[in-house]
This record gives sequence, C-alpha cells and structure tokens, in this order.
Amino acid sequence: MGERKTFELEQGWEYMQKGITKLKGILDGSLEQFNSEEYMMLYTTIYNMCTQKPPNDYSQQLYDKYREAFQVLPSIREKHNEFMLRELVKRWANHKIMVRWLSRFFHYLDRYFIARRSLPPLNEVGLTCFRDLVYQKVNSKAKDAVLDVIGKERDGEQIDRALLKNVLDIFVEIGMSQMDLYEDDFEAHMLQGTGAYYSAEECLKRERERVSHYLHSSSETKLVEKVQHELLVVHVNQLLEKEHSGVHSLLRDDKLDDLSRMFRLYHKVTRGLEPVSNVFKQHITAEGTALVQQAEDAASSQAANGGVQEQVLIRKIIELHDKYMTYVTDCFQNHTLFHKAMKEAFEIFCNKTVAGSSSAEQLATFCDTILRKGGSDKLNDEAIEETLEKVVKLLAYISDKDLFAEFYRKKLARRLLFDRSANDEHERSILSKLKQQCGGQFTSKMEGMVTDLQLAKEYQSSFDEYLGNNPSTRPGIDLQVSVLTTGYWPSYKSSDINLPAEMARGVEVFKEFYDNKNKHRKLTWIYSLGSCHINAKFDQKPIELIVTTYQACLLMLFNTSDKLSYPEIMTQSNLSNDDLPRLLHSLSCGKYKILSKEPNTKTVTQNDSFEFNHKFNDRMRRIKVPLPLVDERKKVVEDVYKDRRYAIDAAIVRIMKSRKVLGYQQLVMECVEQLSRMFKPDIKAIKKRIEDLISQEYLEREKENPNMFRYLA
Amino acid sequence: MERIDYLFYSYANRSSGMIDPEGIEILCSDMEVDHMDVRILMLAWKMRAEKQGYFTLEEWRQGLKSLRSDTVNKLIKALPDLEKEVKRPPNFVDFYNYAFRYCLTEEKQKSIDIESICQLLDLVLGSHFRAQVDYFNEYLKIQSDYKVINMDQWMGFYRFCNEISFPDFSNYDPELAWPLILDNFVEWMRAERT
Repeated sequence: MGERKTFELEQGWEYMQKGITKLKGILDGSLEQFNSEEYMMLYTTIYNMCTQKPPNDYSQQLYDKYREAFQVLPSIREKHNEFMLRELVKRWANHKIMVRWLSRFFHYLDRYFIARRSLPPLNEVGLTCFRDLVYQKVNSKAKDAVLDVIGKERDGEQIDRALLKNVLDIFVEIGMSQMDLYEDDFEAHMLQGTGAYYSAEECLKRERERVSHYLHSSSETKLVEKVQHELLVVHVNQLLEKEHSGVHSLLRDDKLDDLSRMFRLYHKVTRGLEPVSNVFKQHITAEGTALVQQAEDAASSQAANGGVQEQVLIRKIIELHDKYMTYVTDCFQNHTLFHKAMKEAFEIFCNKTVAGSSSAEQLATFCDTILRKGGSDKLNDEAIEETLEKVVKLLAYISDKDLFAEFYRKKLARRLLFDRSANDEHERSILSKLKQQCGGQFTSKMEGMVTDLQLAKEYQSSFDEYLGNNPSTRPGIDLQVSVLTTGYWPSYKSSDINLPAEMARGVEVFKEFYDNKNKHRKLTWIYSLGSCHINAKFDQKPIELIVTTYQACLLMLFNTSDKLSYPEIMTQSNLSNDDLPRLLHSLSCGKYKILSKEPNTKTVTQNDSFEFNHKFNDRMRRIKVPLPLVDERKKVVEDVYKDRRYAIDAAIVRIMKSRKVLGYQQLVMECVEQLSRMFKPDIKAIKKRIEDLISQEYLEREKENPNMFRYLA
Repeated sequence: MERIDYLFYSYANRSSGMIDPEGIEILCSDMEVDHMDVRILMLAWKMRAEKQGYFTLEEWRQGLKSLRSDTVNKLIKALPDLEKEVKRPPNFVDFYNYAFRYCLTEEKQKSIDIESICQLLDLVLGSHFRAQVDYFNEYLKIQSDYKVINMDQWMGFYRFCNEISFPDFSNYDPELAWPLILDNFVEWMRAERT
C-alpha cells in the first residue's frame, strides 16, 4: 500500500494522549466535540502502530497504556449520603462514556491482539479499573447511604427513586452482569435491615414488592406511573389539571352523567376537549391491553384450551367496544375527536398477539365458531346477525386484514367442504358485510367458494342422472364429487395416493362424464379433502365408519392382507412419511382402535405393523373416526407474506410507472397508502423490494440525487 | 508504440495473445509490487481492462500510452502519480465503481460474495476510511441477511463513508433511501456500542 511512515511509540502515544485529554475535558463539561476526522485519525494511529513490522509493533504496549489511561480520582470520598450517591452515579456515567470512546479508538486491539493472546477485551479492562479504583473503596459507604434513603421513604418522606435505581444499577453492572456483587454487597444488608424494621411476615412481603419499584422496576409499573405522570403534566391550565385526574376517575367509575356535563363544559373552551379525549384514549387502551394480558396469562396456564381462550377475548373486546361507543354517542355527542380517540385506542391493542396467535387469526376463528354447526346454538338469528355485524366492525381496527382473509378463507373451505356450515344465509350475510367494509376484491374469492358449492350440487344431480341412464358405467360405489374452481379456493397439496379399485373406477367414470361436458378444463383431484362412509364387518356387528378418504384407502388395504408393516403400507398406498404416521395413529391409537398395532405403543414408528381389529365394538352403529387437523397457521402466514411481497412489488411498479421519477419517502408513503386497505407494510420490506427491483433493472437510483428513483421502461 | 507492443508480448501468453494471470504475476514481480496491491487494480483501471486477470493488447496500449511508459522502469516510476490521480475526487468514484465491476468474473454476474467484498473494501477504501471499513467488514461477516453485495449497495457504502459522521452516525437518517444493509449496520453499531 505504498510507503508508510513508521511511528515511534512515544510519538504515536503523544498524539493519542492529546485525544484522551480532550475526552476528559468533554466529560468535565467542556463543549468541545470529536469530529469524524479527529476520530478517524486516532483510530488510524492505533491501527498503524499495531500493524507496523517488529520491532515497531506496539500492540502490547498500547494495551497496557489503555489501562493506564483510566485514573479515576475518587473525590467521592469526601462527600456523604445523597450527595455522595449523586457523585458516584455521575462518575460512573462518565467512566462508561470514557470506556466507550477509548474502546472505539483502540478497537483494532480488540479485533486481533486480544483474541490472539486470550486477554480480557477492552470493555472489561475499563470496567475492572473502575471496580478496583473506585467501587471497592466506596461500596460500603454507598450501601449505607442507600439504606438510609430507603429508611426515609418508609418514614413517609419523598425520595428520589431514580437516583436509587441508578445507584443499584451500578452494583449490578460492576458485577459484569453477574448478580453476586449486587446480592452480597447490597441486597443481603438490605434484607437484614428490613427484617429488623418490621415484625410481621406479611409486611416483609409487601415491603419487597414496594422496593421492587426501584430495584428492578417491572415495565408495567413504570408504564402506569408514566401514564399518570403524563396525565398530570400534559396540560398547562391549572383548572384542567385538577379536573384531569377527575376525568380519569369518572371513566373508571362509569359516571356517565358527570362525563356528559364535563363534555359540555370543555366543549366551550378552545381545545379544551383534547386533553379529555386523550385521557379517554389512554383509559380505553389500558383496559383493552389488560384484557389482552389476561388472555395471554390464561393461555399460558392452560396450554390445552387454545380455542376457548380466543373466543373469550374477542367477546370481551366486542363488549368493550359497545360500552365505549355508548360513551361516544351519549356523553361525547358523537364528537369526531372522541371517535378518533376510540379508533386509535382499539388499533393499539387489537393488533396484539396472544399465545402465538395473531388478532387476525383469533377473529377468523371466532367467526368460524359462530358459523359452524353447533357453534352458536344459544343465539337466535337476530343475535347472530348482530354479532357478525360487530365482528366486521372490529376488523376495521386490525391492520393485517389480508391475514384475516386467508384464515377466514381456510376455515370457510372446511365448513363448506365438510358440510359444517350452520346456515347458508349467515354465511352470505357476513360476506356482504365484509364486502361493504373492505371492498369487492376482499370477498370475491370467498363468494366464489360459496357459489362453487351450489354449482357442485347441480353437477352432482346431472352426474347421478348420467349414471342412471348408463348403467354399465356405474362404479359400484356411491360417489359424490364437488368440482371447485381453483382460483377461489386455498391451495391444497394433492398427493398421488393409490386408490382402491372401486374408488379408482368411480374417479374414471366421473372424469369421462365431466370431460364430455367440458372439453377445455382439467380436473385435479384433491383426495385429502374427501370423506368416506365405509362398512366394517367386526366380529360382534358391522359398524359404519365415517372417515377421510385417506383413512378409507388405508383400511381397504386390509381387505387383501391380514397384517401389514409400516413400510408395506407405505408402498401399497404410496403415501409419504409426512402423512402416514398421523393417519395410522388416528386408526390405531386414538379413541377407536379399528386397527391393532404391534407393538401397542402410543406412537407410530416405521417398525410397527398393523392388523384389522376384528374384535372392535362400540355401542353405536355408526361412528366418526376423527383425524386431527394439521396446524395450518405457519403455512397461512407464509402464504400471506409471499403475497405481500408481490403486492408491494406491484404497487411500487405501478406508482413508478405513472410518476416516472419519485423521491424515496414519497414512494414509500404512496406505497403504504395503496396497500393499507389490506395490510400495514413493513417499511423495511418496502425498502428491500425497491432494492430488488433496482437489481432487476426496473428502477434505478438517480446519480445526482441518491434519494430519487427513476422508472426504467 | 513499438516498444509498448514489444513489452506486451514479453508477458503475453503465446496462444491466447493476451497477458493472463501468470503473466501478470511476472509483471508484478518485475515491478516489485505485490499482485494483490491496490496499485495493480489502479493500473487495470487506467487500462480500462474488462476481464479480471487479463490484459488485451488494446488495453495495454491505452494504459501505457496514457502513463507515458514503455518500459518496466518507467511504469514503476509512473505509479505514485497514478495513485494521486486515482485519489482525486471525480476519479476515485469512477475507480471505486470500476473495482466492483472488475470483480464480476462470471457472465451475467451482478453481485459479489461477502468474503470477496471485505477484501475489496479493505484494498480500495482501507487507506481512506480505515475505521468504517473495519467495522463494516466485521458486521458483514456476522450478519446473515445478505450473502452477496450488489453495485447499489457498494456505491452506497462509499457515499456513507463520505457523508456520515462516524462513529456516532448523528446525521444518519434511516428514513432516507440508504440501502437497507446500511440501516441494519447502523442499528447494529448503535446496539453493540451502548
């Protein structure tokens, strides 16, 4: 890299010393700053001195000099009590800044020298210096001062809690994130003192809780404190100030008349309503967030009952919405400010995740429960309609509407295909409400699905007719086929399962029939969605089994073989390890053991073998052998995110095509706006898409202005 | 002109008619410059050499003519001036851009892997922006969002070194159109250093 001047150690160090002196000056209050150039010169000096050829390679010497640079003079010793604590906190803060800056100058040492010699990194060296020079000498005095202050608080005096927290943080940090220094040097003493102060055990517990405010503040407590703090600080007007905590308590105590009175009063004051609406917003947000937290807590303590929890939360949010909407219409006379406050509050907590399930999913599940057979037996039609209406209103607050749509679509598909929908009219009704709120594009696929099923019924009738007129074609089984239009329905995997002869024949016949009517369409069979009624002849009595098509195919294998091993079943059925264990489990390890498994363990492995359990019996003559659903959440989220990428690309290209040249921030803004109907795009995601489009030469960055983009035709 | 051609053929590969990597190594040793030295890259730039590791006759002629050299000695003497020329602002951007393109060895290749980028940055920007290069290289090696760097990101980094105050980043605004990788770098630096 060309000729480089060699620095002697004294020379180079003299230069560094100037920088260090300047740094100390800054910490003592001088208004100077380091500019980029100075910083870079200091960094490069160290770099050069470390990369020079021996004997001018000064890495070891520089490491030692780094340590020497910390001479913290404990003027702390002369001070006492709170003054001493403040000084300690200040010195510690300064020390940390100095460590940070010096580490940056000496960074090159950290990268190579330290690793090579297995020495403590610069950070640690700095902290150790403080510990040895200052902490060891004053920690006992500091501890006494802190206990003193705590004592004052117990006696009812106001204390500076922030100061205490800062001091105790030092105890923790010096221990380098090991708690032993904090525990030994402080906590032990504190606990001892506490025991002496109170006699009853209960008081001790309460004391611990109280002190926990400034030992390790829970963020919740801090938050509530802050909110209250904000409430008191937000307004200037003395009159309002008194009323402010009043507004809060009026809301808390549901004093509607008083709130109405207050509204009328402040309506006359210029901007008098703003603080009131702010409190309103915060109040709702707090209540909503608490509901979410409750749900989260309940979910984690009852891991099994996932579905039940979600429903409860949605119901409670709907109730909350109803309650405060009344406030807006009655007390606050429908004022826009309060509508806005409510909207913003709901947007905050309606987008929280509970137990891994997003609000979009929760809402879709809630809908599914209502629309399913047996889901809302207790409600009459009117009540159901009302609930659906409210659910759609809630959707307005959820930013990931596309996620809701996809979950809804998946569950709708199940309801339609397995005939689980309770009421066709309700299904159509909610779709029209969704259409009104979110636009036709949102519901077009779902509407297509509902229509498909109706058409499918018509096809079925003509298929039955066809069979009636052509007896030679009859496959020997009762076959019902639902023909679906691909674009409307969620995507399904179709695997190449080996159908039993009877089913295969049925499929052939239908295919002939269909091809005759529609020469230009292709049928793809999704056997994984099918169900089957199959007669099983057990020793005691025959029982009709309601199973999925896949389960039926497996059972039919035992018509020709008595006993089959897992690998044999896999070969004969042509199913994969993804599907087979689950299916065999449902037939041999669940509630109804149609097959017996050897060995008789609770899980299915590749070494198992299976036999038809002819001894099986049940008091019913027809039973449904359930197959547990695969969790689709991950796939849904993946699919939606993929669609979003395309949506963002399309939006960017559309915007750039029409504007030709556009600034970055403008582009992002328009993108967000265009997409906001369906989801809230992540700004980073937009940036990434722009970069990909640049790579693919759809766009380019302007040379003169790197914040502008140009569309490339 | 003749002497330049003569010099060319003394390094060129008989069958291909170009100076190939082997030839370049010999040239470097004659010039007493390491073949990974940035000055060789500068020479390639001056020649506007298209393919990494190869010099054609045309490129050679163009380069040596503008350096007014027709012997190895003159070439050696021309290097310091070449360095100065490259470092002059309008040229340096061009050189920096060139360095990236020079490393695109496959046809249709548009980006360069992280390992090579780190070496290239060190070579090309190390003397100007030691600290930024060191920290950025550290970051590149530990992050996993990007496995390759493209031209836009490459140029963006140079702009970054020139415009942004280091290491405080006080004037860095992620809401501007900086490449995302730099947004992430700044975020990482800020998190690491508190």
